[in-house]
Amino acid sequence: MTFINYAAREINCKIVYYGPGLGGKTTNLQYIYHKTAPERKGKMISLATEADRTLFFDFLPLDLGTIRGFNTRFHLYTVPGQVFYDASRRLILKGVDGVVFVADSQPERMEANVESIRNLESNLRDHGFDLVTMPLALQFNKRDINGAVPSDEMYRMLNYKREPTFEAVATDGLGVFDTLKSVAKQVLVELRKK
Amino acid sequence: MSLARMEVYEEEFRHLESSLRRLRLDANAKAVFLIDRNGQHIAAAGDTDQFDSTSLASLTAGNVAATDGLAKLIGEREFSVLFHEGQRDHIHISIVARRAILLVIFDERSSLGLVRLRVKRASSEMDRVFEQMDQKAEMGFQGEAEPSPFSEITDEDIDALFSE
Repeated sequence: MTFINYAAREINCKIVYYGPGLGGKTTNLQYIYHKTAPERKGKMISLATEADRTLFFDFLPLDLGTIRGFNTRFHLYTVPGQVFYDASRRLILKGVDGVVFVADSQPERMEANVESIRNLESNLRDHGFDLVTMPLALQFNKRDINGAVPSDEMYRMLNYKREPTFEAVATDGLGVFDTLKSVAKQVLVELRKK
Repeated sequence: MSLARMEVYEEEFRHLESSLRRLRLDANAKAVFLIDRNGQHIAAAGDTDQFDSTSLASLTAGNVAATDGLAKLIGEREFSVLFHEGQRDHIHISIVARRAILLVIFDERSSLGLVRLRVKRASSEMDRVFEQMDQKAEMGFQGEAEPSPFSEITDEDIDALFSE
């Protein structure tokens, strides 16, 4: 839910990185954090297990600058990808404005990718949202691994509504900002429509 | 209230800030924050500079959401008050108007009883402000003589945000 504060002249939007466990959602946020100027970012918070697996969420506030005199802030969240954390995943989607789906390019993770998209659709519905109308960017991560499933094959399996799709290697930053820009633009275009 | 956005206008913002300032003084608290349940900071009063208000808002909303999940698991609608006791500072969290969270940070100069009492009064004041916001949203209010700045956002405006 976009939060517009006319008194403070601020727009706040919420983007959620979704996808199967160990797919690179947290790595996307970490790359964005490291490459963003200090004055444009807040503290990155990771609620993780001792083994560095996301337990509840990662959070990164970004300040994109001014649009029509309003300071534009994006709050980026990741969800825990592991199947049994579904209750937590659902909570993070509350009030979401746009979703980045981070898919894993390893052949053995295709089933997990498909299951996670279905889970996203269902959890959004529980909050009264429809993935058909939700700003969405699809990212095929880990393109650098040997035996990565070809992109067109992944697209056939995972494309939901011809959403913008990006190849990525999140550890090196490839495709990370392109994905973020795409979903952020879609969120702002929605703001114009309403 | 639209599912897609929450809007706070100048008049309501001033009312909310004034309620928060009064609460802070009456409860003898260090700082008070009003946070949207989705984790957005709305307004604050007191010694707010010593706290990272953005992180505070996000973690508080996560905390409330997780506690809501727990409530539902045991058949409760919600736990309307949360209290975290530290060695020096304590946090009192309560729900306002079913959609916002009031966070009060206090130390030994105040007490849980006093904070609870003052929060109750401030909450009813803020309930009324949120009702007013709802009414404006239903009427399609666009701010004092101010047209919506967003209907005229151009593709160039959006591209400019990402030009650096």
